[in-house]
Amino acid sequence: MLEGIPMKYILIVSTFMFFSGVCGFIIRRNLITLLMSVELILNAVNINFLVFNRYLFSDKLQGHFFALIVVAVAAAEAAVAIALIINIYRRFTNINVEDVSEMKY
Amino acid sequence: MTGIFNYSAIILLLPLFVFAFTGLFGSRFKPGFSGILGTTGLGIITFLSYLIAYRYFFAQGPVDGIFPKLIPYNILWLHFTDKLSIHMGILLDPISVMMLVVITTVSFMVHLYSIGYMQGESGYVRYYAFLSLFTFSMLGLVLATNIFQMYVFWELVGVSSYLLIGFYYNKASAVAAAKKAFIVTRFADLGFLIGILILSYYTGTFDFNLITGSDQSIFAGGASVTFMGISVFTWAALLIFMGGAGKSAMFPLHIWLPDAMEGPTPVSALIHAATMVVAGVYLVARLFPFYTTQAPDVLEVIAYVGGFTSLFAAVIACTQFDIKRVLAYSTLSQIGYMMLALGVSGYGHHEGLGFMASMFHLFNHAMFKALLFLGAGSIIHAVHSNSMQDMGGLRKYMPITHITFLIACLTIAGMPFLSAFFSKDEILVAAYMHHKLLFGVEYLVAGITAFYMFRLYFNIFWNNDRQYHHEPHESPAVMTIPLVVLAFGSVFAGYLPFSRMVTSDSMPFDTHMNLGIAIPSVLIGLAGIGIAMMMYFRKTMIPDTLIKNLGALYRWTYHKFYVDEIYLFITKKIIFRYISAPVAWFDRHIVDGLMNGIAWTIAAVSQRIRGLQTGQVQEYGFVFVVSAVGLVLLFIWFLV
Repeated sequence: MLEGIPMKYILIVSTFMFFSGVCGFIIRRNLITLLMSVELILNAVNINFLVFNRYLFSDKLQGHFFALIVVAVAAAEAAVAIALIINIYRRFTNINVEDVSEMKY
Repeated sequence: MTGIFNYSAIILLLPLFVFAFTGLFGSRFKPGFSGILGTTGLGIITFLSYLIAYRYFFAQGPVDGIFPKLIPYNILWLHFTDKLSIHMGILLDPISVMMLVVITTVSFMVHLYSIGYMQGESGYVRYYAFLSLFTFSMLGLVLATNIFQMYVFWELVGVSSYLLIGFYYNKASAVAAAKKAFIVTRFADLGFLIGILILSYYTGTFDFNLITGSDQSIFAGGASVTFMGISVFTWAALLIFMGGAGKSAMFPLHIWLPDAMEGPTPVSALIHAATMVVAGVYLVARLFPFYTTQAPDVLEVIAYVGGFTSLFAAVIACTQFDIKRVLAYSTLSQIGYMMLALGVSGYGHHEGLGFMASMFHLFNHAMFKALLFLGAGSIIHAVHSNSMQDMGGLRKYMPITHITFLIACLTIAGMPFLSAFFSKDEILVAAYMHHKLLFGVEYLVAGITAFYMFRLYFNIFWNNDRQYHHEPHESPAVMTIPLVVLAFGSVFAGYLPFSRMVTSDSMPFDTHMNLGIAIPSVLIGLAGIGIAMMMYFRKTMIPDTLIKNLGALYRWTYHKFYVDEIYLFITKKIIFRYISAPVAWFDRHIVDGLMNGIAWTIAAVSQRIRGLQTGQVQEYGFVFVVSAVGLVLLFIWFLV
């Protein structure tokens, strides 16, 4: 199914995804959007894992399993992050990332 | 390979479609719609599987004296590497075609029957969705081309059984029974999974065709490997049988089946009598060549487990009052018969008589046991009670139920010219050739079976003519038609030339009635019926005096030999107290303590240095990205 597509196109997609994620993380102010950007970054990395595994080492499985681990970690991270965001919202009644700088104390 | 066999995919996919459709959109229509949709779908696939069975066994017949293994579909489902890939497909061979007929027939009858039985229940749509899910998973299980596919459907069957046992989810006992069934079978499936992994690790394949094929070279890799003095293939066979024993409720994993009777009665007929509980028998039959060549010792174990379970369950059945529980123990006992027949069987031709007898009995048992359960459902529907102490004299009110129930009772008691007479005779002959002790046990069980079935029959339909508050009435036609159809099945199924269709090596052979074994077994059955008649035909004092005289023995049996209590003792008093509690303490104090200690230290340190930070997450992110890019550039600069 995938063999018809040259590897570089998939890498272009993942690179694009990665940098959209990075830009989103730095530019946006909404905490939920930040979380989504992080997911974009993680999934860009996942695509790379799978593509390199598939095209370069198709007799091995490490890439697949690494991607699975990343998915699991991402799910855990999202759960924790959303719990944090809900608590921040309760405390500050907004989720603008610039307004929560006193978290360090 | 062409023609009708390609339609086997429809048989598998139609129930899945019906499940998805009923589950998602069923509640938008009138409740009756989902019942009619499910029944129509089942009707279509029943018709298709009859066509396939006719084509396979009669029109096409054996090729070069052997029934061929057909694989109309085998799709690559998960491809990891060239060595590790999992297929999903459809395998047609004598036993799977036979199971197709059994499953679709009983499932169709149960669908039809449930239209009447479940009328007005609040979960009507849900019920039909789950029935379709079950039918789909059971068909997938028997049609599996490889052991992994079978395992996937095996678990699906377990889930649908769980959902249907717990159908009345606001009844605490039903929820507990569903949980128990799931946990016990899941525990057994753990063994099954380990067995699969061992087997396929050493053979390098999941495929049934290779595992059970004539080419023995795939076993060379693990032939000399042993674990605890036993060869790995024996371990694999034993662990796979453990899965089968869990699903088929063999002693000591039988405890879930009697409790599973909390589900609606048609469900008990379909899942816990005719189809799912024989999955274990089917599993052993499917891997039978593997058992005979690589692990004959395990077959011996299977024979003993089957023989013991059949006796054990038959004895308990004599003391129970809940009619569904009596039937449940009777199911256990009959499955014990089938397991025993497999265990005493050899491979190929007349040696494989036990295999053929086991499949034959499976086929007949599905018919008459489904009939018994549906009859019991009809009675419960009329009397609104499960206990035979609330019944009596029902023959006047429910003539059709009465006649069909009597036919089923005569069949299970092994009376001549009814279906089970033939299959039981084959099993007894096979047992006789192999092992005299087990043969004797089966003679005894035949008598006990006749006794407890007719105890049930006389207590329900004769005994004292009690006055009912609401006069019981015969069930509607939609419920009695399945009874009549199944009654025909249980009378005439025995005349199928089974040994020419389903054999261990797919080669037809001829069997003959062995009168020397058949006549005593009929006499023993008649004796059982006679004793039951003496005790229960009219209200007598014999049962009560017997109970008084037997005392402790009766109490012991009545409480099912306290197996449930032993399980509770082992789990609650030993495992929870001496393993779980210390582990929990370790987790709470040592592991959590370590983590909390680290967190506390870091908090103390960061208290001092946090003033250096701005607190703006994005600043950190920006610095991080810029430095990462800078580092990359630096590396490129130096290295290229």
